[in-house]
Amino acid sequence: MEKNKYKDLVSKHTPKENRLFNALLAFFIGGCMGLIGELLRDFYAYVLDIPKDDTSIFMITTLIFIGCLLTCLGFFDKWVNFARCGLIIPITGFAHSMQSAALDYRKEGLVTGIGANMFKLAGSVIIYGVVSAYVFGIIRFLLFGGAI
Amino acid sequence: MTFKYKNVYLNETTIVAGPYEQQGPLAHTFDKTYDNLYFNKKTFEQAESKLIEESVELLLYKVKKIKSDIDIHIGGDLLNQLTATNYASRNIGIPLLGVYSACATSVEGLIVGSNMLDAGQIKNCVVTVSSHNASAEKQFRYPVEYGGPKRLTSTFTSTAGCSAYLSYNRCGVKIDSATVGVVQDLGITDTYHMGAVMAPSAAYVIRKHLVDTKRDANYYDLILTGDLGIYGLNILKELLQTDYHIRINNLEDAATLIFDSDKNKDVHAGGSGPSCLPLVAYGDVMQKMQRGELKKVLLVATGALMSPTMVNQKLSIPAIAHAISLEALV
Repeated sequence: MEKNKYKDLVSKHTPKENRLFNALLAFFIGGCMGLIGELLRDFYAYVLDIPKDDTSIFMITTLIFIGCLLTCLGFFDKWVNFARCGLIIPITGFAHSMQSAALDYRKEGLVTGIGANMFKLAGSVIIYGVVSAYVFGIIRFLLFGGAI
Repeated sequence: MTFKYKNVYLNETTIVAGPYEQQGPLAHTFDKTYDNLYFNKKTFEQAESKLIEESVELLLYKVKKIKSDIDIHIGGDLLNQLTATNYASRNIGIPLLGVYSACATSVEGLIVGSNMLDAGQIKNCVVTVSSHNASAEKQFRYPVEYGGPKRLTSTFTSTAGCSAYLSYNRCGVKIDSATVGVVQDLGITDTYHMGAVMAPSAAYVIRKHLVDTKRDANYYDLILTGDLGIYGLNILKELLQTDYHIRINNLEDAATLIFDSDKNKDVHAGGSGPSCLPLVAYGDVMQKMQRGELKKVLLVATGALMSPTMVNQKLSIPAIAHAISLEALV
């Protein structure tokens, strides 16, 4: 059979993913994550009297800690499977990807196992995060003189 | 290439399976199951090795033989360097031939063993195959605890060690003939749609086998494919009809039989892995054949010869399938 014809045959028998539902679910759960983040910031600012500008770092650290802890306890993967991008795109997904890789390779040595494989999934996020920060930083500098 | 065998019998089989299979509809046909993925070992790879060792030990106990009675051990699995088989063989200690055809390894092993028996080179052999959900996920996909979102067409690697004992003693079921497949590649690059990758190879080998043996499409009581999954099986059916004008009534797929997809939502399109076909064939099908409920069965193991390196280099995924025909003695 021709490759093109076969592609048609395959797409005929391939079920359609429910993209709208997935997108709405990710929007809702991602939004809830944002809400939790804001509540944490308010908590740090008004209850613990931390300067408002510093609270985002405390909030991120708290979410990373919770994400890693839930990964280690073994049920964050099931949540990710359900919520998909709602949990992967926020900082929890980043922490989860590093933690799960570290867990996988923990028996293969500190350097050759955990060290070498921890960034298996997160590595490209960091690389392209740094590259895009650099590019947008230059654009901002050229257009606005770094004023904004 | 089709071989016809005169005097080769599949005498006995064993299945040692994991926790997901234990909850499946065929659990009563397994010899032993575990309820966690570690099997009292430290890592998933070591756990998979243990599955093979245990299934061979159980097999030898069943056929009342000791290790030194066995001429050759033919085995394979999914891991790089056939890790599970090679490391298990340190303790099994039978002369080893490692074989690899991804998920078609089980039937490839049976064909190699049957040919040696038929040629009179050996008097008996043990054929093993294994796969482990977590070790396969770790090697081919994401870390185990990551649980990345899966598509509806993705399959769920089965966890089991399966062994078969072949000899020229007339008991169990007869191995009648076998067809070695040709690698097929129809340009599918989607690693989450292995059913579509493998269906053309299954269609090819089924047709080749029927032509070579001059048999009708409905000669067999059951044609059991390996791990095409729900959607792959539909593709195969249409491919057989449109391309080869073959209409098979008794075509089933082991991937759709092994798990209960209502209970386990992660299964999606069905099971997969080298142990998927033997989980059904060595248990349920073998028992039905010995009771006389099935007379003639064709096992078609399908393997996606996927290399993550080549997928990253944007090449499509080749696939192979091998077929072996079994006949009941009763």
